[in-house]
Amino acid sequence: MGIENTGKAWENPTTAPFIRIESVTKKFSDFIAVNNVSLDIYKGELFALLGGSGCGKTTLLRMLSGFESPTEGRVWIDGQDMTSVPPYERPVNMMFQSYALFPHMTVEQNVGYGLKHEKLTAAQRKDRVKQMLDLVQLSQFAGRKPHQLSGGQRQRVALARALSKQPKVLLLDEPLGALDKKLREHTQFEIMNIQEKTGITFVVVTHDQEEAMTLSTRIAVMDKGVIRQTGTPTEIYEFPKTKFVADFIGSINQFAGTVKSVTRDKATIACADWGGEIDVSRDASVDVGHNVSVAIRPEKISINKKAPAKGLNAVEGKVIDLGYFGKDSLYRVKLPSSALVRVNRVNDQRGRETERVAQWEDKVWLSFEPSAAILLKD
Amino acid sequence: MAGVAPQRSGPAPQELELPGGKSGFRNWLDRQAWRDIIIAVPYIWLILFFVAPFIIIIAMSLAKSVIAQPPFKFDETWPYVTFENFERLFSDYVYLRGYLTSLRNALIATALCLLLGYPMALGIARAKGVWRNILLLLVILPFWTSFLLRVYAWIGMMGSNSWFNRGLTSLINVFLPAASEINSVPMMNSNFAVILVVVYSYLPFMILPLFANLEKLDYTLNEAAMDLGSRPMQVFRDVTLPLSIPGIVAGCLLVFIPATGELVIPSLVGNAGDPMIGRVINDEFSLNRHWPMASTIAVALLMLLVVPIMLYNRMQEKASEGVK
Amino acid sequence: MRQRSTFLFSVLCFGFAFFYIPIISMIIYSFNKSRLATVWGGFSVDWYFKLFQNAQIIKAATLSLEIAVISATFATILGTMAGMALARFSRFRGRTLFSGLVSAPLIMPEVITGVSLLLLFVFMERYFGWPAKRGFTTVTIAHTTFALSYVAVIIQSRLLSMDQSLEEAAMDLGSKPWQVLFDVTLPIIAPAMISGWLLAFTISLDDVVITNFTTGPGATTLPILIWGKVKLGVTPDINALATLIVLVVSIGVGLAGYLMYRAEKKRDRDIQMALAANK
Repeated sequence: MGIENTGKAWENPTTAPFIRIESVTKKFSDFIAVNNVSLDIYKGELFALLGGSGCGKTTLLRMLSGFESPTEGRVWIDGQDMTSVPPYERPVNMMFQSYALFPHMTVEQNVGYGLKHEKLTAAQRKDRVKQMLDLVQLSQFAGRKPHQLSGGQRQRVALARALSKQPKVLLLDEPLGALDKKLREHTQFEIMNIQEKTGITFVVVTHDQEEAMTLSTRIAVMDKGVIRQTGTPTEIYEFPKTKFVADFIGSINQFAGTVKSVTRDKATIACADWGGEIDVSRDASVDVGHNVSVAIRPEKISINKKAPAKGLNAVEGKVIDLGYFGKDSLYRVKLPSSALVRVNRVNDQRGRETERVAQWEDKVWLSFEPSAAILLKD
Repeated sequence: MAGVAPQRSGPAPQELELPGGKSGFRNWLDRQAWRDIIIAVPYIWLILFFVAPFIIIIAMSLAKSVIAQPPFKFDETWPYVTFENFERLFSDYVYLRGYLTSLRNALIATALCLLLGYPMALGIARAKGVWRNILLLLVILPFWTSFLLRVYAWIGMMGSNSWFNRGLTSLINVFLPAASEINSVPMMNSNFAVILVVVYSYLPFMILPLFANLEKLDYTLNEAAMDLGSRPMQVFRDVTLPLSIPGIVAGCLLVFIPATGELVIPSLVGNAGDPMIGRVINDEFSLNRHWPMASTIAVALLMLLVVPIMLYNRMQEKASEGVK
Repeated sequence: MRQRSTFLFSVLCFGFAFFYIPIISMIIYSFNKSRLATVWGGFSVDWYFKLFQNAQIIKAATLSLEIAVISATFATILGTMAGMALARFSRFRGRTLFSGLVSAPLIMPEVITGVSLLLLFVFMERYFGWPAKRGFTTVTIAHTTFALSYVAVIIQSRLLSMDQSLEEAAMDLGSKPWQVLFDVTLPIIAPAMISGWLLAFTISLDDVVITNFTTGPGATTLPILIWGKVKLGVTPDINALATLIVLVVSIGVGLAGYLMYRAEKKRDRDIQMALAANK
């Protein structure tokens, strides 16, 4: 979505980053929450900081908003050094995870609160509040107090309030965290629409990888205070650079092995767990004798009763578990080496249980293309 | 979906640490002054009116008593202070007995408060909906009326002519042989009266922390214990009681500490021949005008109570951290 | 299960009988005609009339109310600051001492506080000449000092349960820390400040021991007056006074409870409606 409209600014070396995080470290007494992180975010991006709890993503966000000051390093926004600017003087606004709506103010007063400090006439201010409420379609609720609103409405008030000052950057802390599943999808698209309409740079913190993948132009995967990989959702999913990222995003099978031979576009890996050799398309340099991992996503493996054609990586195993999810099924297949492989198969044919590709205890062939696997050095 | 509780990932930042940059008066005013004022004003007040008096009372306990205005004097030669008051404290049995009477009365009263307060707190915590609020209100209500008048109400009840005393007398006479029948129950001006009124006055202090604790207990734990085969009494012993220990400790300290230093109750219904230490301090101060001795007794009482007071403060600290 | 409920029920009945029988007895005897407070001599409301004609009691009650209003107000201001310092500032020099100082008066035997404050006032009078004599000012200072602890505890626990991101949100929207205090924090903790004020007011109105030590001639508060009278024995006019106090307090507490209950009900209804409307 956003990707096409904004262009890939991060691929153009002449574009100056809009937000520049420069070797930032944050320590809480002896705990290092953020460890020497550098990150560039470009104008108009919808950037996601993704990671589990305690990975430092919230701390990083709070340093952008000014609620924490870095122990070391600098933060730049739109060419200005923000490192020592307090939150109330930053051109940045935040949508809080708890929404943080002032319970003693109406929706209108909440949205208008930030404008108090701007040099606007009463009419201008009223106008801006109306415009914001229209944007999130809450004009008819202007006079209500937060406790009279549903969760989704509160979320939209929080969004309108954070946008009211027309910030250069909008920070969103787990924006969909408190919503139920059905409302999430709708809100996701709403956030993307608003981002497109306003052109403001959004930085989202989330622990939910699906949310990060659908919302953002780029993702930074964080772990233990460090950024493990930055890239578009596709890059992160299909071309993870480390075992951690491969494992963290989605589900993946990993086999440890040693490089046996390398050709111009292919590497052959000896894998005891797979019970033989695996051919992998090579997109990074590896040397013979190195210990590596072959990673393959469950949906990239096909499962068949019959032996597959030559040229594919193939192995025979036995189905020991079968999970039916409706749109797809998950098979857990035990290889002769007793390694377990997870295989996803879309249920693209309507049928009864007995008409499935395989049943419990069935012998099946697993196969995948050399280009489907990822070679990870470690 | 109503659950919008703030859940921060990572270590919760302890406190806002705003980036500091520009210097100058305005900046200091915006960033630092409000914080400094909020801390300093009550701090200075407490140092002036809580710490300073303590230093003075400790100094006073090391002074000599004289018949003059004011009725004390420090030695004029080095070391300027005297320990004669403390020597007297340990040699004169009057003071030692005062402490013992106080500790005994406070301990018995605390135990009785616990025995009566625990089932009451449990009963209120287990009550349903509106009833729980009404019962709680009924516990708090006497607490809001005057303490002095609650003591006074019992004076009216305990007097030898009162309906309560006469009723009690006839009840006791039923069990006594005709020859040794009594005219009235001698309740007033005894340690029995002191304990009774202390229990009456301090019972809400036992019930409220216990209720706060018991109310929070997850009833499914009891159900789990029952499901696993425990009988109600065993469930109480194995689940409810151990989990309510913080409430028990808090309640007991809240009754025991002030009861030990109680002055009003022993003065109004107590035995003048076997006074509690609070009354001893007051008499020493007001009747004998022996300020240094009164200060010495007070300092020693504080020493006696310093352990339970610290214990209580620690519990308060922990409780407030728990909320965080 | 059933058996223990019966046990708890009986203890509750006994406990509440224990709480209320002396009070009810006192109320009944306030309508006693007889001068002997413990012997029933027929119904009468004379003691109530005598009470209102007793200038001494009226004067003492007025003084008590004045002290209670002023000290409760000071205690609320100082206690709110102290509670805020404890809840919001986790690191400052002397925090441990400060936190101990705030909670100590809650549990300190009043005799000790009373004696030590009296000594302080004697010293202050001698070396600074202020307060010139013990009375209104010294009692007000003493009450403020120990009531501020109660307020601080209430405010601290309210602030700890308040979502701190509300304050951050205000700051994020451009408010400086002191503006956040007045725009967001104070309005939200206002109900807690009101409860704190009421508690401080009641504590001041009720205090005997500390007042006894810190007051001087000419400044007799109502509890000190009652205390002096009660030492001499039970009199029916005090029964009448006690009845009036119980009545005022019960109506006050009952009304406050009802209003809070109604506000909560309304809030619950609003929330229900908000959820239903969004289905």
